[in-house]
Amino acid sequence: MPKVAIKAVGVVKTFGEGAAAITALRSVDFEARFGEMPYIVGPSGSGKTTLLSVLSGILRPNAGSVVVDGVDIWKLDVDSLASFRLHKIGFVFQDYHLFPRLTTAENAAIPLIVKGQDWESSVREASKYLDIVGLKERAGLPPVKLSGGEQQRVAIARAISSRPEILIMDEPTASLDGETGRNIVSFVKRNILNENRCIVVVTHDNRIYEYASRIIMMEDGRLKGEMSVPHS
Amino acid sequence: MNGIFLLAFKLLVNDRAKFSALVIGITFAVFLMVQMTALFAGILIRASSTVINIGASMWVMDPSVQTVANSIGMPDYLLDYVRSIPGVKFAVPLYSGAALLKLPSGLYQTATILGLDDTTLFGRPQLLQGRIEDIYAENSFIAVDDPEFSKLEYPKIGTRFELNDNRAIISGIAKVASPSLFGMPTLYTTYYRALQYVPNPRFTVSYVLVEPKSQADIPGIKDAVRRLGYLALTADEFIAKISAFYKFQTGIGINILVMTVMSFIVGLSISGQTFYTFIIENMEKFGALKAIGATNRQLVMMILFQSGFTSLTGYGLGVGLIVVIIAIAKLRLPDYASTINYFNLSIAFLMAAVISAISSYFGVRRVLRIEPFDIFRG
Ligand SMILES: Nc1ncnc2c1ncn2[C@@H]1O[C@H](COP(=O)(O)OP(=O)(O)OP(=O)(O)O)[C@@H](O)[C@H]1O
Ligand SMILES: [Mg+2]
Repeated sequence: MPKVAIKAVGVVKTFGEGAAAITALRSVDFEARFGEMPYIVGPSGSGKTTLLSVLSGILRPNAGSVVVDGVDIWKLDVDSLASFRLHKIGFVFQDYHLFPRLTTAENAAIPLIVKGQDWESSVREASKYLDIVGLKERAGLPPVKLSGGEQQRVAIARAISSRPEILIMDEPTASLDGETGRNIVSFVKRNILNENRCIVVVTHDNRIYEYASRIIMMEDGRLKGEMSVPHS
Repeated sequence: MNGIFLLAFKLLVNDRAKFSALVIGITFAVFLMVQMTALFAGILIRASSTVINIGASMWVMDPSVQTVANSIGMPDYLLDYVRSIPGVKFAVPLYSGAALLKLPSGLYQTATILGLDDTTLFGRPQLLQGRIEDIYAENSFIAVDDPEFSKLEYPKIGTRFELNDNRAIISGIAKVASPSLFGMPTLYTTYYRALQYVPNPRFTVSYVLVEPKSQADIPGIKDAVRRLGYLALTADEFIAKISAFYKFQTGIGINILVMTVMSFIVGLSISGQTFYTFIIENMEKFGALKAIGATNRQLVMMILFQSGFTSLTGYGLGVGLIVVIIAIAKLRLPDYASTINYFNLSIAFLMAAVISAISSYFGVRRVLRIEPFDIFRG
């Protein structure tokens, strides 16, 4: 069996205090292994984004632990955690968050630049990943010149340019039409997922269920077991 | 360059409209600040023009003197006393006063009269026309061709007029290093003729001009003069005293200060707001960078770089602009007094730095508070 990539135990997250407090995660246990691409699905407000954020080290839980690739991430100080995210985790945001005034290649190079690599070599290296997502010809264009699907592919190139073991995708197809969404996710499964990488996907979009390794249901801050993956 | 700074640079400069607004704000503020302080510096220099033009190393005066134009007469024996102080190479009297002229056209005009020591003519101006010896000729005066020259109706050598009901004749035209502030033309003559022409109280020596044997003698000369109840200052000290008078004893200093502070506030509001808006608009991007793994330190460096770069650019443009404008203005307006010096450049630089610091402070505060989770949730 492949190694455990992410293991979360007893994760609790409450927003606000007192009577107005909202408990978004009620003791969640979660595990994902390298080489798989589990989905977390569930109704709006069930806590999916909150869980992804706790798993990826951008939102501190009230209780519980998260171990990513052997590191108990919530025991790290702020800077070590930032560095951990930089080296281990790639993010694909729902609305891309590309820099409109940088070229596609420069956008893809951002994690390398943040790592302290110089501009030229970062952009050169990032171009390889643009090639992987099939956008080599668009390297010099600003993101606004690209379609939504292409922009999401730039975001994927950016997420993988620092070669992270973990990829976090929150609603990667929400801003895309059905066909484009399917293409992107099937592409990710074929080309980005490998035995040394774990990709956690949160989605509403049942048109991409068929690409999941497993589908975990979430409801009201709790994981409710798995549903079967439909076959195309 | 470290990639993160280039990233900050590109985020800033590629947003042309906002970057221009930012730079223009600072350019404008620096322009106004330098303009105000340069004007003031120019005024101060002109207020000391006689000190500069006469060029003596030391000036002995009544302790109550505030500005060079308002001299207070001192007794003749002071001159001999000063000459007897060890360390004095030579000492000469200077007469400084005002007289009423009746010009050839029949109009009246007040003028500053400077009477130079008869034997040495120490402090004499450079002549454009005529010979300096002609100052000894009967009724002879030398007119200074400065911005006030026209008020003498452009006299030539030989032009006659009346000075306090005495006959006077122009025997030379001179130029001086610094024009005066007070809007009065200047005439040079000899010390004794000045005393004859201008009615005087009992004490007649306006200033004793002193040349010390060496720099080291200056303190001793000062002490000796002080013992007699008078004040000896070096030229620089006298200029500083005059400047202090205009800065602190007149409304000019405070008014210029208020205007400078207002320029600063205008610049701060324009640039501060624009920069803050720039940060707010890029908030999501900073949040995304934070999620990706940029540290707070990196983000702060980016913001400081952006505001620093903007301020430097604006400062450079502002200083360039004011230099060009002052140069043009001086060609056209001889009375325009602005002088750019290191002091007002430094003041403007300091203020640009403060604008940059305050703008980035608020930006930094916002960026430090961003939760990448909020960006992630969209
Ligand atoms: N910063 C916050 N402050 C207060 N409540 C919050 C905050 N973030 C999330 N919540 C609440 O936590 C719960 C879970 O939110 P979360 O965004 O994780 O849901 P989700 O499953 O991702 O929903 P969606 O499918 O709509 O994205 C919701 O009730 C939400 O209102
Ligand atoms: Mg969500």
